[in-house]
Amino acid sequence: MPTTAPKTEANFAQRFDELAPQLAGWQMPWIESLRRDAYARLQKVGYPTARAEDWRFTNVNPLIEKDFSLPTQVEDATLDLASLGFADAIPGSRLVFVDGLASPRLSKVGATPKGVHVGTLSQALANDGSMDAAALVQLHLGRYADGERLAFTAQNTAFFQDGGLIDVADHAVIDEPIHLVFVNTASVATTPRNLVVVGKNAQVRIVEWHLGAAGLTNFANAVTEVIADERSVVDHVKLQRESSAAYHIANTQVVLQAKANFTTHYIGLGGSLVRNEVRVRFAGEHAEATVNGLYVGEGKQHHDNHTVIDHAAPNCASHELYKGVLGGSSQGVFNGKIFVRKDAQKTDAKQTNKVLLLSEGATINTKPQLEIFADDVKCTHGATVGQLDENQVYYLRSRGIGMEEARRILTFAFANDVVSRIKLEPIRDELERLIVR
Amino acid sequence: MLTIKNLHASVDGREILRGIDLDIKPGEVHAIMGPNGSGKSTLAGVLAGRDAYDVTAGEAIFEGKDLLEMDAEERAREGLFLAFQYPVEIPGVTNNYFLRTSLNAVRKHRGEAELDAAAFLKLVRLKMKILHMPEDLLKRPVNEGFSGGEKKRNEIFQMAVLEPKLAILDETDSGLDIDALKAVADGVNALRTKDRSVLVITHYQRLLNHIVPDKVHVLYEGRIVKSGPKELALELESYGYDPIKAGLAV
Repeated sequence: MPTTAPKTEANFAQRFDELAPQLAGWQMPWIESLRRDAYARLQKVGYPTARAEDWRFTNVNPLIEKDFSLPTQVEDATLDLASLGFADAIPGSRLVFVDGLASPRLSKVGATPKGVHVGTLSQALANDGSMDAAALVQLHLGRYADGERLAFTAQNTAFFQDGGLIDVADHAVIDEPIHLVFVNTASVATTPRNLVVVGKNAQVRIVEWHLGAAGLTNFANAVTEVIADERSVVDHVKLQRESSAAYHIANTQVVLQAKANFTTHYIGLGGSLVRNEVRVRFAGEHAEATVNGLYVGEGKQHHDNHTVIDHAAPNCASHELYKGVLGGSSQGVFNGKIFVRKDAQKTDAKQTNKVLLLSEGATINTKPQLEIFADDVKCTHGATVGQLDENQVYYLRSRGIGMEEARRILTFAFANDVVSRIKLEPIRDELERLIVR
Repeated sequence: MLTIKNLHASVDGREILRGIDLDIKPGEVHAIMGPNGSGKSTLAGVLAGRDAYDVTAGEAIFEGKDLLEMDAEERAREGLFLAFQYPVEIPGVTNNYFLRTSLNAVRKHRGEAELDAAAFLKLVRLKMKILHMPEDLLKRPVNEGFSGGEKKRNEIFQMAVLEPKLAILDETDSGLDIDALKAVADGVNALRTKDRSVLVITHYQRLLNHIVPDKVHVLYEGRIVKSGPKELALELESYGYDPIKAGLAV
């Protein structure tokens, strides 16, 4: 398995004119203009600096100064998913992407219920792709995630190579989870792009895996757009276990129509520089969102979690619980924004952020940010930062449990508070196993 | 079992224990009584290995080993058990997981095979029956949301599972109504054997109606000022600690 960076002439992000014509869907004029617009936006906005309020504590210079290339062909012949941390026995269809490119060899799409489409974005945008799939992509891609000032999302839109396209028709229900598996085996740039469109009354469960071989210094810039129509139920889990030297920047943008119910759990274990954004917009009334996250840092890892809950419609509820466990000289950042727009009366928004510092060298910058323009709302937020409780440690020790084991048990209990809320049992079990380690 | 000689200990530079001598033989139940601030809980903490105390002089030999040299977990593995005055709540950790980890740490130390989940469950269910513990106990997080009485009973239940050589009950009666007190005492009595020793630390005599001691010691200002048979506890109940405080014989 290659673990060193391939030689590159220059950063892919500076070679748009040369690379873009080879990217998925370029032959379609609307994709060309989508990519061109995104690239123009990236150039206009530029990469964030520490002067940008949203990036005060996260310095992306080490990342943008590095020359990354995009992979050109999938190398999956000898790849073993289990060795990279994918729980092979887990039920459900899987789309596997190796270094950002689809791997038909490793992907496995079982029989899906009527009205459920599980495929890759590159397929949908290929010359011989289905008209329906292309039309669906055209209708949604880039309409939700591509905010004006989001440089990395613009970079993804300009350069995306592949990702999952999941379309769940009205009233369709799929029980088994659909896995979007992104494995990294080379120190290249990847641009995973996922589009999930869930129809009225439909139900789906999606698990994103971002895995990397140890020691890789790859750069993943991932964007996922989820559109949940009226009364749909969407359960999303993202497990990020990149190499501890990897760069991982991601934006998950969710749009909820009336009475939709969306749950997401982000579990961030890997990466050297990680910025994970989760953005949820309430576009219809009586929708509900649960946005949970857990990040575990050791060594010199930097975990930046940025969430934006946009209550743009009345009578919606959001529940947010983020927990961080930071050891070594790792750094954590949590910025949780909640907007309640003028018309979003009867909003019920709750945000909790808890951080456990396991060492003196670990640091956290945590900032809740509530901007409320409606007057009849319920919004609460709370943040705690602390160490392991010495009384609890002593209590365990007084029962014969060694110091390290006691600390491990208590740390697990803290983290498991998030993991135990994941509804998919096999994923929960897998994570419990990972976190116990 | 346990021999304490001239034990001195201080907290933040303030001397609390000023020369304790105590000898507990296998199977004996000793009670240490004393007014508030006499050093009862400090003695329990020092014996169980709490970090907050500095032992400045003296020794404590437990089963031939220097107790004061051991970490808290080593003491527990050697067979010393402290029933806490204020049992600690541990959200997120079930009693099942906690007790199995604990028992296996002790068993490993004794050179016994560790128990798997099934074997542990079998053993622990039996002990639950003996002590009349509620069925859902194992699934619940350690002490979280337990009433005062439940917490104290859970301490005794842990003792039943770990089968210590010496159990120290630190004001186990505090905050308990008479029914809860009796339940706890019954639990302790059910665990008495001819080898297992118990050190009951208490302010009041009432627990000693149920857990009858072989010897009673009065702790005052960091010293044992009087020792006697179980009747001594009754005298204290009648006259209180004032005669002792006044330096008078009861």
